Amino acid sequence: MQMSFKTFKGGVHPGDFKSATEKKPVVPAKPPAVAIIPLSQHIGAPCEPLVAVGDEVKMGQKVGDSKGFVSAPVHSSVSGKVIKIEMCNSALGRPVQAVYIENDFQDTWHEDVVPNPNWQQLEIDELKKLIREGGIVGMGGATFPTHVKVSPPPGQVIEYVLVNAAECEPYLTADHRAMLERPEDIIVGLQIVMKVVNAPKGMIGIEDNKPDAVEALKKAAANFPNIEVHALHTKYPQGAEKQLIKVFTNREVPSGGLPSMVGCVVQNPGTCIAIADMVRFGKPLIERNVTITGSGIMEPKNMLVRVGTPLEEVIEQCGGFKSNIRKMVLGGPMMGFSQPGPENQPVTKGTSGILCLTDQEVQLYDIRQCIKCAKCVDVCPVSIMPLFIGSSVEQGMYDKAEAYNAMDCIECGCCTYICPSRRPLVQWIRMSKGDIAARRAAAAAKK
Amino acid sequence: MDRKLVVSSSPHLKTTESVQSVMIDVLVALFPAALAGVIFFGAPALITMVLTTVSAMVAEAIILRQRNIFGDGSAAVAGLLLAMVLPPTVPWWLAVIGGVTAIVIGKQVFGGIGNNIFNPALVARAILMASWATHMTTWVRPVDLATAATPLALGQRAFSFTNLFVGAVPGCIGETSAFALILGAGWLFYKGHITWRIPGGFIGTVFIMGFLFGGYGGAMAMFSAGLFHVLAGGVMLGALFMATDMVTSPVTAKGQLIFGIGCGLLTMLIRIFGAFPEGVMFAILMMNALTPLIDNKTLPRKYGEVAK
Repeated sequence: MQMSFKTFKGGVHPGDFKSATEKKPVVPAKPPAVAIIPLSQHIGAPCEPLVAVGDEVKMGQKVGDSKGFVSAPVHSSVSGKVIKIEMCNSALGRPVQAVYIENDFQDTWHEDVVPNPNWQQLEIDELKKLIREGGIVGMGGATFPTHVKVSPPPGQVIEYVLVNAAECEPYLTADHRAMLERPEDIIVGLQIVMKVVNAPKGMIGIEDNKPDAVEALKKAAANFPNIEVHALHTKYPQGAEKQLIKVFTNREVPSGGLPSMVGCVVQNPGTCIAIADMVRFGKPLIERNVTITGSGIMEPKNMLVRVGTPLEEVIEQCGGFKSNIRKMVLGGPMMGFSQPGPENQPVTKGTSGILCLTDQEVQLYDIRQCIKCAKCVDVCPVSIMPLFIGSSVEQGMYDKAEAYNAMDCIECGCCTYICPSRRPLVQWIRMSKGDIAARRAAAAAKK
Repeated sequence: MDRKLVVSSSPHLKTTESVQSVMIDVLVALFPAALAGVIFFGAPALITMVLTTVSAMVAEAIILRQRNIFGDGSAAVAGLLLAMVLPPTVPWWLAVIGGVTAIVIGKQVFGGIGNNIFNPALVARAILMASWATHMTTWVRPVDLATAATPLALGQRAFSFTNLFVGAVPGCIGETSAFALILGAGWLFYKGHITWRIPGGFIGTVFIMGFLFGGYGGAMAMFSAGLFHVLAGGVMLGALFMATDMVTSPVTAKGQLIFGIGCGLLTMLIRIFGAFPEGVMFAILMMNALTPLIDNKTLPRKYGEVAK
């Protein structure tokens, strides 16, 4: 028995709420009648449409791309006809331009989608190009373009590729199911990334509340001496990139820096599978595992959903909302985004879950005075001072917020979770970040 | 469609803990010591406790114009804590003035819960002490309630360690029984409301100072002098319940340890070199004043901090 790795400082135990879906195999969702493909499904420059209204498109065809380096192209998840290019709603609340494609239900693959039988012989640059052309982004929810992540600046040596399979967000089981159902593909994807960044070692970290996933991946990795699989202590945010790096390597990403600076690249298991699919079969990122769960949905499920499927259609396939639903969250409950409704909004590359919460779970609280209980200080995984940042922001003193290290916040939400005075600490910290960044930019412009 | 969805910032899960539940935990934790007070000092102790607690709650409810007299529970905690540090036989009016003073002067003039610099119960006690010193220093023996002097005034040989530990000695209502205090504080540890740092620093420092300066003639005498200073007087109550008051103690780990050690040092300086036999109250009040400074000087090293 492998000993549990040592854990990180801080964190909370919100309870995992995973039992509703953790035993349910991933089922394919019905393809959408009209696919809504947003042109921005990633962090970075939005794409320009490559198709016009009336064009015939095929499955896997690139329908949007950008010249920016930090960006990722988007592809059609159906074959059919472009009926309009209009704004749709996005998880962040900002409308984004999207290509609406009427499905002909033929699923005709585009001619660019061709397998690479000799994928193991491909050069690093060819692999990077495939990852970019496949539109692959971090599928844990942050949606950072993967080809950027695997292109560290010259001079930085990558020693470890870490697979963040903690799935520490309560309720979500999409990664868990992927690990049980496609463990070999995760290993293939990991090996590809290791080759691209020239890393000698790969390590997979899974919270120890998923022993079956640990077993499955250990079995899949048995023949690869350079890949290790480790059970991690179950504690939120075990899957936060910086915390995972600390746990595995005892290194800390310098403040304001990137994991590559300490020789690490971190990938999500879903991303590994997407990389494996693209490199081996030429299949771009047009579908993903989504956990639809929470007490506000009739039948919780894990589904393989095509990107662009309207949220309403997915919810309908899970029996619809219960009448007492009060909140719909895209992503997990700790870092996900609550939505005003499912209308005119699709599943995107970053949709790890659709969480439906009811009256009992959604309570509105009055904000009370801070009683300085220090619980937020104790749980903060990056050792900043949430309570002092909160009161500074409350009084509009953003410079003080900066002094208490607001910019180092990873926005995990542990402080807000634990606060007995119900203070929206992480929300205040986010507010201060915007202000501090603007003032830093203004100061830099003056010089 | 009558569906109404709430849109709010993450996280969408919250602990069930609230200010009120924390305060109720503190009241539960104070129960063993309060019970010990009633067992040893009888009806006068019970009456004093009820008077300080109710007067504090009423004062708070009036100032905050709240219907619910219990409110968030913090006034009850302040009132009960005050009773714990009063002699059992204080007159009824003194208990009432104390309860009101704790809330008005100790807490609400600063802006209410979370804003006070000093521990409200100790502010009230300090004011009562300065105003009615005779009443505040009249002690009685357990059970028969005959006037007596406290262990700290009499010195180490007056009472056995067993009596000191159980609490069958003259003293304030809630301070005499180390056993009951430890039992109650265990609840606060279990619930995660306090850590070992403040009580550990406080009690450890008192023991070491007592060991070094309290006794003469061999290791055994020095050890029992250290233990005596820990068990006699208000150190246990102060370290476990007063110095750990969330609002008035530091929030950083290092700061909490420094705060505890500071309380212990000042307590012993007053006991050994000062004019009063007991120094816990002034020690904690002085350290309360230093809390913001301690916090700002002991900010933890953040993750990934780069040396400047």
